[in-house]
Amino acid sequence: MRNRLLIGTTLALMAGWLLPVLTNVAAQTPAAAQTPAAQAPASPAYRAPRTPDGKPNLNGIWQTMNTANWNIEAHPAGPSPARELGAAGAVPAGLGVVDGGEIPYLPAARKKQQENYTNRLKLDPEIKCYLPGVPRATYQGMPFQIIQSTKHIMLIHEFAGAVRTIYMTDQTEAPADSWMGWSNGRWEGETLVVDTKGFNDLSWLDRAGNFHSDALHVVERFTPRSAETITYDVTIEDPKVFSRPWKMSMPLYKHVERNAQILEFRCVEFVEDLLYGHLRKQPAK
Amino acid sequence: MRHRTRSFMRGGAVALVLALAATISIAGQSAAPPAAPKAAPASAAAGKAYKAPRTPDGQPDLQGFWTNSTYVPLERPNGVTKEFYTPDEAEAAIKVAAEREAEQTEPGTTADVHYDFSQFGLDRSQSKFAMNLRTSLIVDPTDGKMPPVNAQGQKRAQERAAARKTAGGQYDAVENMPIGSRCIIMGGAGPPLMNAGYNANYQIVQSPGYVMILTEMIHDVRIIPLDNRPQPPSQVRQWVGLSRGRWEGDTLVVETTNFNGKNGFRGASENMKVTERFTRTADNTVSYKFTVEDPTTWDRSWTAEAPLVKTEGPIFEFACHETNYGIANILAGARADEKKAAEQKKGSN
Repeated sequence: MRNRLLIGTTLALMAGWLLPVLTNVAAQTPAAAQTPAAQAPASPAYRAPRTPDGKPNLNGIWQTMNTANWNIEAHPAGPSPARELGAAGAVPAGLGVVDGGEIPYLPAARKKQQENYTNRLKLDPEIKCYLPGVPRATYQGMPFQIIQSTKHIMLIHEFAGAVRTIYMTDQTEAPADSWMGWSNGRWEGETLVVDTKGFNDLSWLDRAGNFHSDALHVVERFTPRSAETITYDVTIEDPKVFSRPWKMSMPLYKHVERNAQILEFRCVEFVEDLLYGHLRKQPAK
Repeated sequence: MRHRTRSFMRGGAVALVLALAATISIAGQSAAPPAAPKAAPASAAAGKAYKAPRTPDGQPDLQGFWTNSTYVPLERPNGVTKEFYTPDEAEAAIKVAAEREAEQTEPGTTADVHYDFSQFGLDRSQSKFAMNLRTSLIVDPTDGKMPPVNAQGQKRAQERAAARKTAGGQYDAVENMPIGSRCIIMGGAGPPLMNAGYNANYQIVQSPGYVMILTEMIHDVRIIPLDNRPQPPSQVRQWVGLSRGRWEGDTLVVETTNFNGKNGFRGASENMKVTERFTRTADNTVSYKFTVEDPTTWDRSWTAEAPLVKTEGPIFEFACHETNYGIANILAGARADEKKAAEQKKGSN
């Protein structure tokens, strides 16, 4: 972990001509060879427009365009987990967003992931309209808005109205565990680095049952790569579940339609019958 | 579980329980000297000379953590005829109200089983609140009372009551329970921002073109665009409506329409329009006024004023639905009661 951060910092500090060289070296390792092309690093020449206080401007409404919420690992197309939805609910194939292709689970944890998958209709917190956790919130498929100010950067997700506050100046340890964790941020050149801890063990990483424990530590790197795209790199560390830290990467796309807006997806009322319907009063016999 | 998710800013509140009476004046005055009469009224006069700080892009800066917790009722109490109390009268009114809140937590009462307000630091006297000498938040009509509900509004109220009756008892089904208990929306998020009773905390963050208001209760976020974009299509309706904002001098004016009407704020319909005015009048105060219009409920608009005072952050995640054991247990309890009653009936036959 510390190593990886060091490498990241070094990369950020490198002069532009060095970056492609280093990337080439990385690309020749067998693991990185499986990395989808989408994760190619941002052009080192790109310098984002600045906010009035001089920071790279990440303001906007962003969304991923991939199948990571179905499964962050590579997966073929498959039928809908809910029969009634037919093709409308079927799973599109995906090349995966995990660096190296496979999540380095500890053996027992991989077994648990498979059980999660088998029982996903009963267990996936997304189905129950629970807060999505991190990083799932980012690629859950709905848009999110970045409201960037000097002290606080807010990430406001359409799904369940999930919200994260990234503390840029008034940083503290997580006061208690939570679904969305406790995020402290810093700028490394063009990159917003967000360090998040203090998670509970209740959220998942996708609909395929990939999961984490309360020892989860997430480091996200938001690097503008063009006026309308951000490279989103995530390092996941959780020694209770994974044998080593691992990474995923994907682009974020900006909504450019002029009327784009985060709308209400207050999903609690959509799941109440599913969650509490069995407790409904039955008509007298 | 709710108490666990309250703002951790009041982590030390439990220690203050035994000093309830003392806390009232300490919390009420915040940084000001005790019983300072100049603490109120918090709006116009004091704000004249004050120039609000600016964000880097030049907006008046409303950012930070704020609370609208107050003991001032929305409507003026019967028998009170003046607009402002003296500081002594205000203290006395607060004391009565605080005692009423404490009564909710008498050991052995039903309320005590669910919420012990004072034990968990949830009652207003233990949090910071806006000292305000007003006798009502409503400033227009000048009698401090809501305008009378018109014929259309009364008809809707009757229809809503009839629909509730048809739907059965409150514990028959989850849909019959209050929306706050269901963790759909709680008082406070608004618009308008209304004192939520506890956790009445807000965080305002501004970026070029936007003002964001996070309400602590159920992490409710409102993102207000400031770019004069047109109102959304009338088919798009939300629990909290859709807001459009603009700066008028140093005042943020926010107009909200497109409510879905399910919240029924004070009997209003989906036609409600709320106009809010935020003006920073001191480093620790934002004047907040709102006007509510709904010609299908009231023949005239009404306006209230409830200042936001600065409070300490941060705001912790309020994961309400995720730990809503209460609602499942209440419904399960009602079914168990019915089963028991049916068995007893069978037994006695």
